[in-house]
Amino acid sequence: MIRLEGVNKFFGHHHVLKNINLNVKSGEKLVIIGPSGSGKSTLIRSANLLEKPTSGKVIVNGVDITAPKAPVAKVRQSVAMVFQQFNLYPHKTVLENLTLAPVLIKGVPKAEAEESAKAFLERVGLTAKANAYPSQLSGGQQQRVAIARALNMKPQIMLFDEPTSALDPEMIQEVLDVMVDLAHGGITMVVVTHEMGFARQVADRVIFMDEGEIIEQGPPEHFFVNPTHERTKLFLSRILR
Amino acid sequence: MVSPFAWFKWQALIRDWSVFGQGFANTLLAAALALALALGLGIVFGVFGAAPVKLTRVLNRIYVEFIQNTPLVIQVFFLYNGLPHLGVMLPVLVVGVLGVGVYHGAYIAEVVRAGIQSIHRGQLEAGLSQGFSYVGAMRHIILPQAARVVLPPLTNQAVSLVKNTSVLALIAGGDLMYHADSWSSDTLYYGPAYVLVGVLYLIICYPLATLARNLERRAGVSG
Repeated sequence: MIRLEGVNKFFGHHHVLKNINLNVKSGEKLVIIGPSGSGKSTLIRSANLLEKPTSGKVIVNGVDITAPKAPVAKVRQSVAMVFQQFNLYPHKTVLENLTLAPVLIKGVPKAEAEESAKAFLERVGLTAKANAYPSQLSGGQQQRVAIARALNMKPQIMLFDEPTSALDPEMIQEVLDVMVDLAHGGITMVVVTHEMGFARQVADRVIFMDEGEIIEQGPPEHFFVNPTHERTKLFLSRILR
Repeated sequence: MVSPFAWFKWQALIRDWSVFGQGFANTLLAAALALALALGLGIVFGVFGAAPVKLTRVLNRIYVEFIQNTPLVIQVFFLYNGLPHLGVMLPVLVVGVLGVGVYHGAYIAEVVRAGIQSIHRGQLEAGLSQGFSYVGAMRHIILPQAARVVLPPLTNQAVSLVKNTSVLALIAGGDLMYHADSWSSDTLYYGPAYVLVGVLYLIICYPLATLARNLERRAGVSG
């Protein structure tokens, strides 16, 4: 579904991603963990080309989006992203946030887009906020709206870039609950997170990154119980207390 | 010695009011057209200046630096006296609209560029990630937000633009200032003519400036 082949990324002289090879299968729940600065955000942002790799290929649904003149915008319609800072459109109501892209980009009739938007708002428990503006919502509510906005594009793949890192502790769970619920549906998910409980609960595979490299990967039971690499052990010992 | 504001001079002014009415109408027309041109240029070149494309940013700099750092009067003189030598003869109103429009377009471009750059980068990324093109994200996501930020400085530009249409007087442009000049040099009744002209500019500009202040206050309240 998503394949990264020999992806390198430089920011100036800083080598952020070092020859990354990764294959995400359809329906897979992949969780990427690692210390800050390890390149995990850059990696997930390469998957929809918000970061353009310096070299290597990113192939989504068989389309090489790193090729010149690749239909990047078209591919992005099926790859939704949820951001650390929510990035809701502040000048639009919650409902308009959900319908803007489906109507303008996919040409979905407005009534239809609103109907499905309301269904997704119900799924994230925010029906009552349809006509509110983002600034009137708490962080947790905003992130749930952002997830609903992503879902209303009817994507095949969902990318989550540290979706709970900007939230107050008491709001993290409401967002994770929505994500767990999503994971139980069949959608392909790639999640960069520090929430190890979430990783254990839903991941098919966990990847540990450090200094721009994939150090270790495996199913969560192996990963959390029996990590092989020293750096993984060190990281886990610091984060799991 | 007769006072420059003697009553009979005012009477003459009232008798010839249509001269000033004509000038007022021309000034309004020139200002409206120049404002439309300036807004168009300003938005396009403002977007150019904020775009992730080197060529458009260079074009933005050339336009803005060249126009901002030469006097408006010279630019209008060039259009009026220089272009005919290159075989381009423009009606005087067009010269005024072009000159003032292009001049303020450069200032508006800077206002728009700053407005776009004040919007958090995540907004563009959210739009792109949903499948918007760069231009589509600008139009539907970034510019509507930037508009709120730039409305007060933009209104200030509109006020300056109205006043700067008075350069038309230098090239016999038929505007308010021109008619005041020509009427008062015929009659030598300078006092009432320039008082009236000042009041007429005030009538256009004061509501605009008030609008700017109100917008600014509202922007301040909503954060």
